[in-house]
Amino acid sequence: MSASAATRQATLAARSLSKRFGDRTALRDVSFEIYPGELVAIIGPNGAGKTTLLSILAGIQGPSDGEVSTPPGRKVGWVPQQPAVYSKLSVAENLRLFARLEKLRDPDQAVERMLDQTELRERSDDEVGRLSGGNQQRVNVAIGLLCEPAALLLDEPTSSLDPRQRERLWGFIGGLAGRGTTVAYSTHNVVEAERYADRVLVLADGELLFVGTSAELERAVGGNPRDFEAAFVRFLDERGH
Amino acid sequence: MRWLLVKDLQIMRRSPLLVALLIVYPITLALIIGFALSSPPGKPKVAFLTQVPKGRGKVHFGSQNIDISSYTKDLFDSIQPIIVHSQAQAIADVRSGRALAALIVPADIPEQIQSLVTTGVGSPTVRLILNTRDPVERQFADQAIQARLNEVDQAVSKQVLRVAVVDLQQVLSGGSIQFLGQSFRLLGLRDSRTLLRRVIAALPAKSPLRAELSKVVGFADLAIQGLAFASPVLGSIGTPLTVDQTELSGRTTPTAIYAVTIAVIVSLMLVTLLLAAGMLALEREEHAFARLVRGLVSPGALLAEKVVLAGGCAAAAAIVMAAGVSTFVPLEWSRFPLWVVALVVAGIAFGALGVAIGGLAREVRAASLLAFMIALPIAFIALVPTAAVSSGLSSVLDGVAFVFPFKPALEAANNAFSGTAPGMGWPLLHLAGLAVAFGGLARVAVRRLA
Repeated sequence: MSASAATRQATLAARSLSKRFGDRTALRDVSFEIYPGELVAIIGPNGAGKTTLLSILAGIQGPSDGEVSTPPGRKVGWVPQQPAVYSKLSVAENLRLFARLEKLRDPDQAVERMLDQTELRERSDDEVGRLSGGNQQRVNVAIGLLCEPAALLLDEPTSSLDPRQRERLWGFIGGLAGRGTTVAYSTHNVVEAERYADRVLVLADGELLFVGTSAELERAVGGNPRDFEAAFVRFLDERGH
Repeated sequence: MRWLLVKDLQIMRRSPLLVALLIVYPITLALIIGFALSSPPGKPKVAFLTQVPKGRGKVHFGSQNIDISSYTKDLFDSIQPIIVHSQAQAIADVRSGRALAALIVPADIPEQIQSLVTTGVGSPTVRLILNTRDPVERQFADQAIQARLNEVDQAVSKQVLRVAVVDLQQVLSGGSIQFLGQSFRLLGLRDSRTLLRRVIAALPAKSPLRAELSKVVGFADLAIQGLAFASPVLGSIGTPLTVDQTELSGRTTPTAIYAVTIAVIVSLMLVTLLLAAGMLALEREEHAFARLVRGLVSPGALLAEKVVLAGGCAAAAAIVMAAGVSTFVPLEWSRFPLWVVALVVAGIAFGALGVAIGGLAREVRAASLLAFMIALPIAFIALVPTAAVSSGLSSVLDGVAFVFPFKPALEAANNAFSGTAPGMGWPLLHLAGLAVAFGGLARVAVRRLA
């Protein structure tokens, strides 16, 4: 945690989160805090519990133990890995539907705002099913942002995008964080974690192994690793994962 | 729920196949069923060969002649005859499929009938050759020809009996007969007896002829009594048995209306199940389910929306279908509000079953397949007549039919369309119970969707 973050109130706090599915433990005593405007990457090998953690933070499923806290009266936006949008509806119709379901005071104004933010105004009347993967993901993110959340959670947001689309999306997400929105995302791509995240959370087998900056993780493993990816792999090896 | 409903209607509007399903399907089905029920059955093509020479088709009986060839036109009321001139040609027509059957009347059929009516010996026989390639067509042709042959058989018998009765009456009571253009008075048994009695009375008291003639009068008495009894007996042979039918359970549904009801409910079931299961599974396929139930809509409200959407659309389609069929088959329009109630409640019950299927299947294609796989057997099971199977199996089938909405939906709609017993109360209550039960099952199933 950075010194400035320590003085602020956390937007999102997880305290002793555990999740069990029958005999299998998906998360074990996970605690951390994320602060306003922070961009936090949740990384880890397959089956580490990243999606489970995000879904608990998003309120899709409850924890077996522990709790999640957010600022009173503020919502948490959630962007699932696959675009959760209706392919037969247009961009504007999707946004309007979710704005109405969110019971926003002025759904049309919210739609206009998101069309501007996502730069999809020219495609507003196009059916989402006809958009590129990148633009579909933008609509997906825009729906997560409709309620002007204090924190936005993204589950592997760039997994199906090409490099150019990824670059555009990170530019957009970076802009959100710059305007004060807390962003937490899971990813397999540790390079994206190093490049765009203020801090990384390393999960393996349901355990939270590390919370800090990418530079701190590199220093933690020592031995001059080739790059952040090599440092991450060595970190997991050293801890038996 | 309103916005989800609007969304689903928008999606449906942009799916031409679904629109076709909901609009074209019921109308097309209504027209097909209407035409099928209102059109008379077609006549099977039958190769017809008569080997009876022209002018040789008469049977002599008593004082009259019966021309059996005149009954051929009655037979042609039921078949579309292809007149052939040889047995080989008749068989060839049946083999080639040009005719479904061949009917061959042998040359000696008048003699066979003559022998039967005069001596009581013989069994007049015509030959029927059937094509056995298609069992349904075979049965159709067989039934059409056999039924008409039976009618011809009965008509000839009645004609023979009528002649016999007339002749008997003439023997008993006398009358006039035409012979070579002249009318002759025929003395009957009764008049003969009267004459004989007068003759006996005129004879001297000691005449030996009195005793002899009295014997003849005694015979005449016996003959008159016997023949007077035989005459009505002969008349009754033509129609030996009459069925006096009594219906115990009030009005029964005309077969055509029952057939329409089955068609409407089958359509309602298929459309509702496919829509409810498909639209719920679509939420999963579009990855939207988790986003929706994450505080935007409760799972129960989402399921209710799908039930209302599917049940409402299918009920509307079923009403259109019933209205279309009513131009062919007389449904009771005065009971239209009850049509709506029956079809909407049935739609809701089927909708609840549909969302349970959608929740279990999770994918649109799997949900559609599962809906079909469930729909067809439950319709079949509900339509098996109780008397057609053993009592044990009947109980099992009744039990299965009880836990699905098809049978109560059929009863409710049947009553709505025709006003027949039993009423709608119990079927509607049954449907409501099933809607709650399947709604609960769906609620459990959708937990897996998130």
